[in-house]
Amino acid sequence: MAFLTVQVNDVEHHLDLDTRTSLLDLLRERLRLTGSKKGCDHGQCGSCTVLVDGRRVNSCLLLAVACDGSQVTTVEGLAGGDGLHPVQEAFIEQDAFQCGYCTPGQLCSVVGMLDEGGPSAITEDLSTEPVLDAAEIRERMSGNLCRCGAYVNIVAAIEQAAGVAAPVAQAEAVR
Amino acid sequence: MRPFDYVRAGDGRQAVGLHEPGTMYLAGGTNLVDLMRLGVAEPDRLVDVGRLPYDRIEPVPDGGVRIGATVRNSDLGAHPDIRRRYPMLARAVLSGASGQVRNMATVGGNLLQRTRCGYFQDVSKPCNKRAPGTGCPAIPGEHHNLAIVGHSDSCVATHPSDMAVALTALDARVHVTGTGGDRVVPMPGLHRLPGTDPQRDTVLEPGELITTVELPAPPVGRSTYRKVRERASFAFALVSIAALLDIDSDGIVRECRLALGGVAHVPWRAARAEDALIGSVAGEEAYAAAADAELALARPLPRNAYKVALARNLITSTLRELAP
Ligand SMILES: Cc1cc2nc3c(=O)[nH]c(=O)nc-3n(C[C@H](O)[C@H](O)[C@H](O)COP(=O)(O)OP(=O)(O)OC[C@H]3O[C@@H](n4cnc5c(N)ncnc54)[C@H](O)[C@@H]3O)c2cc1C
Ligand code: SF4
Ligand code: FES
Ligand code: FES
Repeated sequence: MAFLTVQVNDVEHHLDLDTRTSLLDLLRERLRLTGSKKGCDHGQCGSCTVLVDGRRVNSCLLLAVACDGSQVTTVEGLAGGDGLHPVQEAFIEQDAFQCGYCTPGQLCSVVGMLDEGGPSAITEDLSTEPVLDAAEIRERMSGNLCRCGAYVNIVAAIEQAAGVAAPVAQAEAVR
Repeated sequence: MRPFDYVRAGDGRQAVGLHEPGTMYLAGGTNLVDLMRLGVAEPDRLVDVGRLPYDRIEPVPDGGVRIGATVRNSDLGAHPDIRRRYPMLARAVLSGASGQVRNMATVGGNLLQRTRCGYFQDVSKPCNKRAPGTGCPAIPGEHHNLAIVGHSDSCVATHPSDMAVALTALDARVHVTGTGGDRVVPMPGLHRLPGTDPQRDTVLEPGELITTVELPAPPVGRSTYRKVRERASFAFALVSIAALLDIDSDGIVRECRLALGGVAHVPWRAARAEDALIGSVAGEEAYAAAADAELALARPLPRNAYKVALARNLITSTLRELAP
């Protein structure tokens, strides 16, 4: 057992915990925050993505005890109030999901990703800050799988949230 | 998962002091937690070294750079000096895993990650690396992604790291500390070939802690990292290459660095190819001769001979791309 203090969506928790507990199991089983999903439990699908100290991580590969003193944001805390986060709104407007199982992880991953900047593996010139076009979005989001294959609309939603493409409403008005 | 104690170390000396038989260091946990869940790793105690203050990337006076062992892979790939001066390293790191994994994974943990051989990860199967003396089912079985050079009758596994391939080409020096004191392990030289004791991936002694990776000033030349895999992103390499090429005004190869990933139990420095190239006239003929010199060592298995052709094409096409 281990004792741990962790802040989740701005609420502080003091917990006694089996050292084997992953952050994902802590969130889902102890704190009943079931938004974060368990897809693979091996870091391969991204459905468990949350933000720890502002950075996107796979909560299935993170031991909860290793998060002592950290701030965790899950999909339940993204908006920080009653409304929706702009990324959530963009996902709804662009219809960026079917079953929705991967969506909480996608949302947290996008919020983390938009904060990251820098080049990616496909950036031609490493010295530049690349434009976040569809190819860059796909590369940066490759840690989030969608079994329903909603990728096209996920990319559109991210473009909308990042402000690189006109929102649907405007695009339709032009048409 | 077997129960274990967890301690977070405050500094390197404390971490080493806390290490006993049965202890493992935990950094980002992206490999170790996975292996514990699979039952492959069963530590009694985890000493968390993930927040040790080895988290800086600093220039050194001789023109090189010192990279702390707990620097996250994402921070290494995004660092302006690394991108500008060691582009093959930035590209190698950025091509590994996913954004989430790179945010967790550390430099030390990346070097010491274990093979992705499926039998190694499946405790219901024999495997000389996991359970010495039980045999190697990969040799008669599934090995399409395993080694073509340097393997033995005991083990044909590959080292999965991208970052380590670039570090091998850049003559990295790995600083470690342990109960026996501090020492420096050169790359190539950190990882070892399987021989008859594949359970040992590296030359490190139990309890030795990686603190820093030091790179000498970058060699002059154009460089890159290329990775061939089964899908465009978020997959391990089938074959990868870290390459640097410098050609003088007479068209003679002045400097060349080549290291291959996905082909061996170690990140494979292609020294024979380098020797063949340096001093020769740059061009298609020289690139092919260099690739052939290296791949003369290949002993492919029945289902991975494709890797020999893949490595050859990767070497020649990457050199062509780097030539001005
Ligand atoms: C889905 C997935 C895909 C991946 N794809 C790729 C890929 O394409 N390319 C690639 O290169 N990698 C890939 N990886 C592997 C990933 O890069 C490694 O898991 C990661 O780099 C390990 O670092 P860590 O800090 O998490 O190590 P940990 O898991 O914490 O530790 C790994 C090992 O290193 C030891 N260790 C850690 N730090 C130290 C230290 N300072 N001194 C001594 N020992 C230490 C630990 O005891 C343990 O044995 C992938 C991983 C996952 C989960
Ligand atoms: S190749 Fe090595 S790791 Fe894979 S089964 Fe054989 S001994 Fe085990
Ligand atoms: S559940 Fe964590 S990555 Fe799949
Ligand atoms: S919407 Fe079903 S898995 Fe993505």
